[in-house]
Amino acid sequence: MSYVIEGKTGSWEIVVGLEVHAQVVSKSKLFSGASTTFGAEPNSQVSLIDAAFPGMLPVINKECVVQAVRTGLGLNARINLESRFDRKNYFYADLPQGYQISQFAHPIVGEGTIEIELSSGETRKIGITRLHMEQDAGKLIHDQDPTKSMVDLNRAGVALMEIVSEPDIREPEEAGAYLRKLRQILRYLGTCDGNMEEGSMRADVNVSVRKAGEPFRTRCEIKNVNSIRFVMQAIEVEAARQVEIWENGGEVDQETRLFDAARGETRTMRSKEDAHDYRYFPDPDLLPLVIEQGWVDALKAALPELPDAKRTRFQSDYGIPFYDAGVLVAEQSVADFYETIAKGRDGKLAVSWVTGDLFAALNRTGKTIETSPVSAEALGKMLDLIADGTINGKIAKEVFEDMVETGEGPDAIVEKKGLRQVTDTGVIDAAIDAVMAKNADKVTEYRSGKDKLFGFFVGQVMKETKGKANPALVNDALKAKLDG
Amino acid sequence: MLTGLTLTEARAGLAARKFSARELAQAHLDAIGRLNTQLNAYITVISEQDVLAAADAADARYASGDARLMDGLPVGVKDLFCTKGVKTTAASKILANFVPPYESSVTARLLEAGSVFLGKTNLDEFAMGSANITSAFGSVLNPWKRQGDDSALVPGGSSGGSAAAVAAGLALAATGTDTGGSIRQPAAFCGIVGLKPTYGRCSRWGTIAFASSLDQAGPMTRSVADAGLMLEAMAGFDEKDSTSSNRPVPEFSKAVGKSVKGLRVGIPAEYRAPGMPEEIAKMWEQGIAWLREAGCEVVDVSLPHTKYGLATYYIIAPAECSSNLARYDGIRFGERKDAATLDGIYERTRAEGFGQEVRNRILMGTYVLSAGYYDAYYLKAQKVRTLIKRDFVQAFEQVDVLLTPTAPSAAFAQGENMDDPVQMYLNDIFTVPASMAGVPAMSVPVGLDSRGLPLGLQIIGRHFDEETVLSVGGALEAAAGFAHKPALHAEAGV
Repeated sequence: MSYVIEGKTGSWEIVVGLEVHAQVVSKSKLFSGASTTFGAEPNSQVSLIDAAFPGMLPVINKECVVQAVRTGLGLNARINLESRFDRKNYFYADLPQGYQISQFAHPIVGEGTIEIELSSGETRKIGITRLHMEQDAGKLIHDQDPTKSMVDLNRAGVALMEIVSEPDIREPEEAGAYLRKLRQILRYLGTCDGNMEEGSMRADVNVSVRKAGEPFRTRCEIKNVNSIRFVMQAIEVEAARQVEIWENGGEVDQETRLFDAARGETRTMRSKEDAHDYRYFPDPDLLPLVIEQGWVDALKAALPELPDAKRTRFQSDYGIPFYDAGVLVAEQSVADFYETIAKGRDGKLAVSWVTGDLFAALNRTGKTIETSPVSAEALGKMLDLIADGTINGKIAKEVFEDMVETGEGPDAIVEKKGLRQVTDTGVIDAAIDAVMAKNADKVTEYRSGKDKLFGFFVGQVMKETKGKANPALVNDALKAKLDG
Repeated sequence: MLTGLTLTEARAGLAARKFSARELAQAHLDAIGRLNTQLNAYITVISEQDVLAAADAADARYASGDARLMDGLPVGVKDLFCTKGVKTTAASKILANFVPPYESSVTARLLEAGSVFLGKTNLDEFAMGSANITSAFGSVLNPWKRQGDDSALVPGGSSGGSAAAVAAGLALAATGTDTGGSIRQPAAFCGIVGLKPTYGRCSRWGTIAFASSLDQAGPMTRSVADAGLMLEAMAGFDEKDSTSSNRPVPEFSKAVGKSVKGLRVGIPAEYRAPGMPEEIAKMWEQGIAWLREAGCEVVDVSLPHTKYGLATYYIIAPAECSSNLARYDGIRFGERKDAATLDGIYERTRAEGFGQEVRNRILMGTYVLSAGYYDAYYLKAQKVRTLIKRDFVQAFEQVDVLLTPTAPSAAFAQGENMDDPVQMYLNDIFTVPASMAGVPAMSVPVGLDSRGLPLGLQIIGRHFDEETVLSVGGALEAAAGFAHKPALHAEAGV
């Protein structure tokens, strides 16, 4: 293992498993028709079912089932044709029913795998234990009144997928890579927007430490960590805390902890003694969820191309390196942008423009690929202008910057600024003659063997033609004249 | 007298314009005005204005010739069905002032069929009880009296208000709900017909839940034909209830009067409980004889897991109730008792809002679902439930219906059976197994005991075969010719 904690008594490895709560992208909630839009007025998206009024009953939303099954398929996981819903009972003000409807004993998705890539270039497979559907809770707001807490039930009943990994993770970096890869897959599938800041993806982190070859030791669960960076930090500090306890002859207690990012430490939230008894039992309001293999197969056939497959295809279709392909497929929108440009054009040239000039421009202007001032079509057209000799690579940079600034198309800019490449040999010859006349001494030097000066003459001719001369034509004509 | 009619008679009278729906409604409002203080059958009576407006609308439809199935028929609604704009309490303090902004699916269907709602009938709190003594709004009085004895008798429960109202002429019929016998046992105690349909026949949406896997709405009426008519109006698939059945609803009323010749009637040996009162045993024998005379073949059958029915029921029903009632926390609706902490709010609201019996059952249910006890209690009970259900399925391979007593006794007095909750729970011994199996079952009044109190027999049928239950019930009704009236009745002494 590359990541070890060196303690007084030797080396320790860490064992990590992640439980990710991913909010399902769906128009309405898991068991009600209320909308799921983020950021609406408090309690404006609450049905009588979500507020658990007397006599209200849940009815499963098919769209959420579709999303869960698609996610399972995207994780190469087993789809369970029969799954069940259970009630997880506890009291809290954000939980109107007094229970969360979840899938405890019979989840809709079973074992699967995710392949992650580390910065070393090495890849690893992380096992998925299961994926199940459950309801999200509402939200308590504590800063509206000095003595009261307020409840917003907009989120209550929204569908979540809980995706549980095997305890296969051995490094903080692997945890980060796992979360990034999982988020990437969810976003490709369109089953979760993966937005950790808005809470639509949250992670519970299970951490334990052990000496090499030992069985697992007691683990602690760090609840609700809301960024990838914090997950990695939390693992580091929690593992260090546990090593210290073991090495001082103590015993790690199985408990639920919170990560305090500001202080860089984890703290007890609930000890084992205070653990809830959730009194799980099958929800008698819902029948077992039975789906058919044919239906699953149809969903599978309609899945979009996922990042790993796309990366491989980009390599072979566009002849670009593995690394570049990885950069492009990290976000589906970037991959799509690239592919719009690369299709039927020079794939290598396209990748250098996208990951070079375009990314730099987006960075500089604070935009994203979705809000890019230069559309994929426009950038493609610009590459066409290079390919057909209308502009050269140098002028292209100027055209591109103008496109970023004005949002105009490359044709219009070339016309407006008169940037069309000069291919008229008469004009080029005249420019060469003028340069040679102005620099008679250098011509003599060149002709007496100082052929390094060739570059100087090229530069001068380009300057004379305001950069618009076709460089190949300049080269040929210059060589002929100087050597003649 | 208008308050003494069956639904079928009243429907015919309205159609023939012998009387108007307004007159019929007014007669019932008057009867309620005279007797409800004594009987306490209604928790809420709907305003005269609203009742008469509904009756007038029905009269208009009769006049224009497009009257519906239940048009103009005045009925009571158990106060467990949420009714839009009408206070719905579940007979609990915790919902004392709850006015639902929605109409339950069953009552919506009844309204759609033209029924005129008179009010919300009393019940045991959250439908938990067999004597209607756990209501936060006071006990319901059984309109029947023992001969020469003025003791106040219980109407049975939990649908005791509905049973008393129908028996005493305060409604032509009423809705009930049955979880372990809550329609059938009070029907038997009050001398009326009560039908618990197959689980899934009537939507549970908008009916306040007690035990979701058992709760089922059904009609409480004065005749078997009425039960068929009213069930027809109540039943049907509802996409808002995942457990509701999408089977078509037959014309149930047509099943009554059909010949029962050649039907096989099973007599389950296990229902011959030791200690069964002589009079109940005698009435059962009489029922068997009547059906034999009507051409039925009587067959001895065995339901070997019957003896576990009650114990299993008192694990599963409280378990579900403990979870179903968690929503009454004072946060979003209902009564709240403020406190300094959230847990304090929960504790005060629920301790003061729920009565003793409800608290008992929540505690029992919480216990049987707890870690370490779940397998021994809840899981085991579910397995036994499967066996009980299998008993019925196997019995119905041999017979078409089963005939049993409805309850182990006639109505008892308020104060009797009350020290020992287990004694009280024994009231459900004959009704619980059909609930556990989800099969339809109906209680039909067949006679009086030596003290003049009604006794009922129970007919249990196959899943979704209410029609055969109604046919056999009709035959029993015809043979018994039960025409007795209780001491307290709208028509008595007027």
